[in-house]
Amino acid sequence: MTLEILGISVLWTFLFGYILIGAIDFGAGFFNAYSTLTGRQHILTNIIQRYLSPVWEVTNVFLVFFFVGIIGFFPKTAFYYGTTLLIPVSIGIILLAIRGSYYAFETYGARGHKGYSFMYGLAGILIPASLSIVLTISEGGFIDMVNGNPVLDYWRLFSSPLTWSIVVLSIAATLYISAVFLTWYANKARDVAATNMIRKYALIWALPTIITAGGIIFELRNHNPEHYTNIQNFWPMFLISFIMFIGTVWLIWKRRNYGLAFLLLVGQFAFAFFGYGASHYPYLLYPYLTIYDSFTNPAMAISLIVVFIMGLGLLIPSLYLLMRLFLFDKDYVRGKGDYHA
Amino acid sequence: MGNEEAVFFSRVLTETTLSFHIIYATIGVGVPLMIMIAQWVGIKKNDDHYILLARRWARGFIITVAVGVVTGTAIGLQLSLLWPNFMELAGNVIALPLFMETFAFFFEAIFLGIYLYTWDRFENQKKHFLLLIPVAIGASFSAVFITIVNAFMNAPRGFDIVNGEFVNVNPLLAMFNPAMPTKVAHVVATSYMTAAFVLAAIAAFRLLKGSNHEYHKKALYLTMKVGLVFAIASAIIGDFSGKYLAEYQPEKLAAAEWHLETSENAPLIMYGILKDGEVKYAIEIPYALSFLAHGSFTQEVAGLDQFPEDEVPPLYIHYLFDIMVSIGIWMTLLSGVFWLGVQRGWKMVASKWFRWLIVLGGPLTLVAIEAGWWLAEVGRQPWILRGIMRTQDAATTSGHVDSMLILFCLLYLVLGVGSIVVLRKMFRNNPVEREIEDRDTEKGGDVL
Ligand code: HDD
Ligand code: HEM
Ligand code: HEM
Repeated sequence: MTLEILGISVLWTFLFGYILIGAIDFGAGFFNAYSTLTGRQHILTNIIQRYLSPVWEVTNVFLVFFFVGIIGFFPKTAFYYGTTLLIPVSIGIILLAIRGSYYAFETYGARGHKGYSFMYGLAGILIPASLSIVLTISEGGFIDMVNGNPVLDYWRLFSSPLTWSIVVLSIAATLYISAVFLTWYANKARDVAATNMIRKYALIWALPTIITAGGIIFELRNHNPEHYTNIQNFWPMFLISFIMFIGTVWLIWKRRNYGLAFLLLVGQFAFAFFGYGASHYPYLLYPYLTIYDSFTNPAMAISLIVVFIMGLGLLIPSLYLLMRLFLFDKDYVRGKGDYHA
Repeated sequence: MGNEEAVFFSRVLTETTLSFHIIYATIGVGVPLMIMIAQWVGIKKNDDHYILLARRWARGFIITVAVGVVTGTAIGLQLSLLWPNFMELAGNVIALPLFMETFAFFFEAIFLGIYLYTWDRFENQKKHFLLLIPVAIGASFSAVFITIVNAFMNAPRGFDIVNGEFVNVNPLLAMFNPAMPTKVAHVVATSYMTAAFVLAAIAAFRLLKGSNHEYHKKALYLTMKVGLVFAIASAIIGDFSGKYLAEYQPEKLAAAEWHLETSENAPLIMYGILKDGEVKYAIEIPYALSFLAHGSFTQEVAGLDQFPEDEVPPLYIHYLFDIMVSIGIWMTLLSGVFWLGVQRGWKMVASKWFRWLIVLGGPLTLVAIEAGWWLAEVGRQPWILRGIMRTQDAATTSGHVDSMLILFCLLYLVLGVGSIVVLRKMFRNNPVEREIEDRDTEKGGDVL
């Protein structure tokens, strides 16, 4: 394995982590806002807040890790993506800021404030949409070089069906992932009403997720034939992903083994995400930037990897402690005892 | 929009975001230490008031952390969006501390989550206290690592440029550059000092507003004492910062001191105005600049005449320096008098006007933080990487920075107002007297 591949694999894994726990987080915020709006918040709010409260800041760090890491391992991305992404990423930042701060304002300062809940619910669901634009742009065809500087063609970007399919996928997948997780969590908390309600959401959002995901592969055939051909080489991964999807939906439908259902969902997204990533190789940005011509110098690469390994030594036990106390602690999940500051 | 405009608006946007982030970040670095001290004193003295103090500070802290985190994420991304050329270069040489910083964030975030949700969950109070240590370490190390990046911008080291390519990159040498020791120490010490005085201001304000509870008096005494220690430390380290500047960035020092001509026995100039190349109405402290720069009252200090005109930073940084130093000295005196007064039983330190001065001290130290950063950053101009890359060559070529600037200003307004409103509401709806009563009834009057 070359340093380049090691670097991108680490980053891609953390991005996957962010997408997964970010989706749970954003979707939960949305369901919370939705149920508040429809006057049913008493069913969901407790479950959602009990899960979200201790972890939201950790979620954000996954994102920070990704964008700091990519500048470290592939400094040229700063030039290409930094110059072109000003507007979409700025909008993403603003949504993240609203979402993060208003979540804290509502949870710690003004419990049950409807305006705050609504703000962070809505901001949260738009974040995946705005950040997914970056993936669309990486497919190429939207950036031109003008006088040696990359320029984004907004008209082409926003009139492309690919853009909108990815936007729809990001929203549907967010709600789907979140609903499947919360079904499991609510069931663990023995909250029947909440389980039933969220289970329904999970089933509703399953279909749009899989349809848009398939549609995107199809659209790539026109948009980026090279990538499309590559994807076909990885068909077993996508097949496994699809089978796992069926498994999740079936278990949820049968009200059985929600824990396994969630694990299958993680598997489904992992196979699809890594299959997609592998087929994107070696490009970071079609056709300008590959992981090889943008890679940092060996001295920096090696020190980053050393720091990463030392960091993991710190991180894994801490994350384990966090999960043990809040995700797998029966008393906490069931809401016995309020230990909040 | 021409590139000049893009540069201009990128600068304004960077300044705005950083100036906003730094308020929350400084509090975020300092407050965990204060919580730690209070909780430790509480456990040691078996005094519930200190425990409650730690708990209430922790609650307020969540709100400032939230805003710190989201604005930090904003600046982190904005550095790439607004200064892509700089970040491409920085990525090659100074990415290491930035990367380390994310682990510090992880560490802090995880344990903060645990700490906040495990009050009274453990039999043994000390176990809960232990959870706070990683939070404080994580927060302080965020400051250390990001300040190392900033130190690198002032004194780039650890690489050679041959035909526009980086060779011989040494990430550790880049981290341990000459600016690093003084800068890191000064930033961390001033963060602790600021947190202490901001919390002291709150305690003093409560006392002024008619709550004469023992709780607030303990809080005030504790915070002022800690503030005094770190104010003295900041001043001493600040003096070392001056010596660093004299050696490695003499143009910044000369501009900050309005030291126009190279001379021996250089006096320190405070305040004043600059008219037709002459300093007027200023207070001159004889020999003090020679001392600040070299630790000897007579040694020669390089003046502005030594530098090409297009490499001299804007001269208004002189006022920023004055503001910072004056506030530093003032707060040292104020907290020193307070401490002595409490020891000796002077009535004055419990008087209304003295407490108002303490209240004022909170915002003043924040002003000092802002002034200090503006001094450091503007004083580095025209360079973004001193001697290597000029700010104007680092900026984006995108034509939409101005509209983004407006958007972000609105965002910071919303966040700033929101955080103040929420913090006020939080403490107003749950005054400390009531909480103390609640705790007492819960425990049947027992002490812990
Ligand atoms: C509460 C805030 C505060 C206070 C009271 C002081 N400072 Fe400061 N100062 C800072 C907050 C600060 C800062 C915000 O932390 C800076 C900005 C960048 C940096 O490295 O630290 C800084 C920078 C800074 C610099 C520029 C360093 C550089 O650009 O590399 C010098 C020379 C001093 N300080 C000197 C002093 C002296 C002699 C003080 C005497 C009392 C003092 N400071 C008090
Ligand atoms: C690691 C830390 C930091 C980095 C990497 C950094 C980076 C930058 C960059 C890229 C610029 C653009 C140059 C310009 O606008 O002129 C800048 C300028 C500036 N930064 Fe920093 N900065 C750091 C810390 C800070 C902090 C904490 C503050 C606090 C408020 C700050 C305040 C400013 C200001 C006021 C300017 C404008 C200077 C001018 O326009 O002349 N910086 N900095
Ligand atoms: C260019 C300069 C800076 C950048 C790019 C930056 C970046 C960031 C980022 C990305 C976060 C959010 C991390 C998370 O998700 O948890 C953050 C938070 C934070 N930053 Fe900054 N930062 C800068 C300047 C500073 C400075 C100068 C200090 C210290 C004096 C500082 C101290 C902190 C702290 C303590 C936090 C944690 C939030 C809190 O506790 O309030 N930052 N910063």
